[in-house]
Amino acid sequence: MSDEPKPGRTRPSIASVVAGHRVVVCCGTGGVGKTTSAAALAIQGARGGRRTVVVTIDPAKRLAQALGLDDLSNTAHEIERARWDPDSSAVPGGALFALMLDAKSTFDTLVRQYAHDDAQAQRILDNAFYRNIAGSLSGTQEYMATEKLYELHATERFDLIVVDTPPTRHALDFLDAPKRLTRLLDNRIFRLLMTPARAGFRVGSMAAQTFLRAVARVVGTEVIDDVLAFFRAFEGMEEGFRTRANEMMQLLASTETAFVLVTSPRRDAVEEAAFFAARLAEGDFAVKGLVVNRVHPRYPCALPDVLRAHAEALLAGDQERRGTRALAAQYTNLADLEELAMREERALHGLEERIGPAAIAHVPELAHDVHDFTALRAVAAHLT
Amino acid sequence: MDLERFCATSRVVIVAGKGGVGKTTVTAALAVTAARAGLSVLIVEVEGKSGLAECFGQPPLSYDEAELSPGVRARTLTPDEALVEYLEDHGLRRIGRRLANSGALEIVATAVPGMKDILVLGKVKQLEKGGAADLVLIDAPAAGHAVSFLLSARGLLDAVRVGPVRKQATDVVELLSDPARCQVVLVTVPEETPVTELVETAFAIEDGAGVALGPVVVNGCVPPIDGLGADPMLPDDDSDADVATLVAAARVRLDLAARQREQQARLAELLPLPQITLPFLFTAGLARAELETLADAFAAGVAALEPVGS
Repeated sequence: MSDEPKPGRTRPSIASVVAGHRVVVCCGTGGVGKTTSAAALAIQGARGGRRTVVVTIDPAKRLAQALGLDDLSNTAHEIERARWDPDSSAVPGGALFALMLDAKSTFDTLVRQYAHDDAQAQRILDNAFYRNIAGSLSGTQEYMATEKLYELHATERFDLIVVDTPPTRHALDFLDAPKRLTRLLDNRIFRLLMTPARAGFRVGSMAAQTFLRAVARVVGTEVIDDVLAFFRAFEGMEEGFRTRANEMMQLLASTETAFVLVTSPRRDAVEEAAFFAARLAEGDFAVKGLVVNRVHPRYPCALPDVLRAHAEALLAGDQERRGTRALAAQYTNLADLEELAMREERALHGLEERIGPAAIAHVPELAHDVHDFTALRAVAAHLT
Repeated sequence: MDLERFCATSRVVIVAGKGGVGKTTVTAALAVTAARAGLSVLIVEVEGKSGLAECFGQPPLSYDEAELSPGVRARTLTPDEALVEYLEDHGLRRIGRRLANSGALEIVATAVPGMKDILVLGKVKQLEKGGAADLVLIDAPAAGHAVSFLLSARGLLDAVRVGPVRKQATDVVELLSDPARCQVVLVTVPEETPVTELVETAFAIEDGAGVALGPVVVNGCVPPIDGLGADPMLPDDDSDADVATLVAAARVRLDLAARQREQQARLAELLPLPQITLPFLFTAGLARAELETLADAFAAGVAALEPVGS
C-alpha cells in the first residue's frame, strides 16, 4: 500500500537507504520492536556484501542469545555466516557483527583516553560520584550509545554501523538526553567553587557556596565531598570531552548517517515518531526511513458497518438454518479486523505525510516473537 | 471479591509495566472503577507527558491537581519537581530559575542515586498521610525503572548515613513494606517477551523492595466471538465478503486468541498471582467510552477474584 509510489513522488526503498549510508540510527519509543528492526537491517546490510555491526542496547534475553550477546559483549563479535546466510544466497564480502552496549565500560574507556595520566584516570574511576553518573544519570546511556558509534566509525573496520537506541518513552531522548551529561561535566557552579575568588567571580562563588552548604545539610557532607573530588579530578579533561561530544554530534548530523524511525501503529508510538520527525526537520536532518512493525492487514471488501449489519441480519433471521450463527460470527470478526486495520492506516497516514520522501516499510504482525535468525531473516525480507 | 473492598485494600497503588503494554490506560480504568465504587481517587503521573489526561478528554496535567472525571483527580509529580520542592522546603530559600537551569540540581540528584525517586515517593507518602484521596494511584515509570524506583529507598539507606534525606528514605521503606498502605499492580500483554519481563520484574520487586504485589492486569486480550470457527460457511446470498476472506480472518483471530491463552497460562504458572484481563479494543482510539468499557471489564475481573482468605 504505502510502498507504492505516490503520484508525482517516488519513495526509495529501505534497502537503498541502508545501502547508501554508513550509519543507520533506529529511533522510536520503547516497545515497538526497535532492536528487532535494527538487527534485521544489519542482516540486510551484511547480505548486501558489507561489513556490518549492530549496536544493541537492551535486547530481550532470547534475542540477545540468538545474537550471541552476553554481559561481556561491549566489543563487537562476529556472527557466523551460516546463521544469516544459510543458503549462501547473499552477496559475497559481507560480515555481521553484534555488540550489546555497556555504558559504564564505554565511559571508563573514555576517561582513560582523555586523562593526562593513569593516576588521574584512576582517581576518577574510583570516585563514588563518577560511578553514580556512569550508572544512574539519565542520558548517560544515550550519550554512550553515540560515543560507541563514534568509536566504531573511527576504527574504519565497518562499512555499515546500525545503532539501536535505548527504550525510553520519548524518542527524542536520544538527541536530548546526552546534553545532561555534557552539562553536568561542564558545570559552572562547581567550577566557580574551585576557582580562587577573583574580582567579578566573588558573587557567583558566594551563591555556589551557600547552595552547597544547604545541600550538604540535606544529603550529608560526605556526598558533597565526593562531588567536589570528582570535579577536581576531572579538571583539565573538560576540553577533551567537549571536543569529542561535538565530533559525536557531527557524525550524527553528517550525510553518511540515516535516521530510521521505527514505530508500531499504536497511537502513542506514532505520536512519539512524529515528534522525532518534527525535531529532525528543525535541525535540517531528515528521516530517511520509516519502519512500521506489527501492522494488521486490510480486508477491503465491505465497510465494517455493513459487515456488522449483515451479521445482525443473519442473527435476526432464519435461526434454523445450520451455520447461521457461525457465519454471523465470521462477519462480526471480519468487521473487527477491518476496523482495526483502517484505524491503523489512519493513524499512520499523518506520520507518513510528515516524513517527506523517506522510504517506508510495513512489517506485518507476526505469529511469534522474533528471537532467532529464521525469524530475523523473515523480518528482513519485509525491509526491502 | 467485593469491588469496594478491593479498591480499598491499599491506600497507594503503584501501576507498573514495560513500555507499550497500556499502563496509563490501565491506570485510568482502575481510577474509574474505584470512583464507581465510591472512592475518591488521585492519580499521580511520575513521568510527565503520558497521555493520561487525553484518555479523559482533558487538557494536559500540571503540578496542581485537576479533576479528570467525577471522583478522579490527577497531577504530575516528576522527579525534578519533587527535588525542587524538597530543597526549597529544606533551607534553599528559593531555587532561582538560573540555578535550576544551571544543572546544579542534576548534580545533587546524581550525587545521591535514587534521591529523586525517593523524593517522589516521599511526596506520595505525604499525600497518603494527608488523606488527599481514598486511593492514590501512581502511574510508575516503565518496568526497568520501576524496579530501581522502588529499590531506591533501600539503596539510599546504605549510602546516606544521616540527614533529612535518610529520614525520607526510611519513611518511604515503611510505606512500601506495608500492604495496607501500598501495593504494586503489574501490567502486561499476553505475549512472550512482556510476560517473561513481567515475571522478572515481579520477583525483583518482591525480593528486593519488599512491596506487596496485587493482581496482574493482562491488557489487550482478544475477546471471543460466540460461535466463531474457521470452517468455510456457504454464504447466504450475494454476500459482502467472500468465503476465503471470512475464513482467513477467522483463522487470524482464533490463532491469536490461542497464543494469548498460552501466554496467560504460562504467566499463571511462573507467577502465582491472580490475573485480571482487559479486552483488546478493536474500535476507535482511546476515549471516554472506551475507558468505561475497560472499567466494566476491570470490575468484572475483580468480581471474579477469590476473596482474600481470613
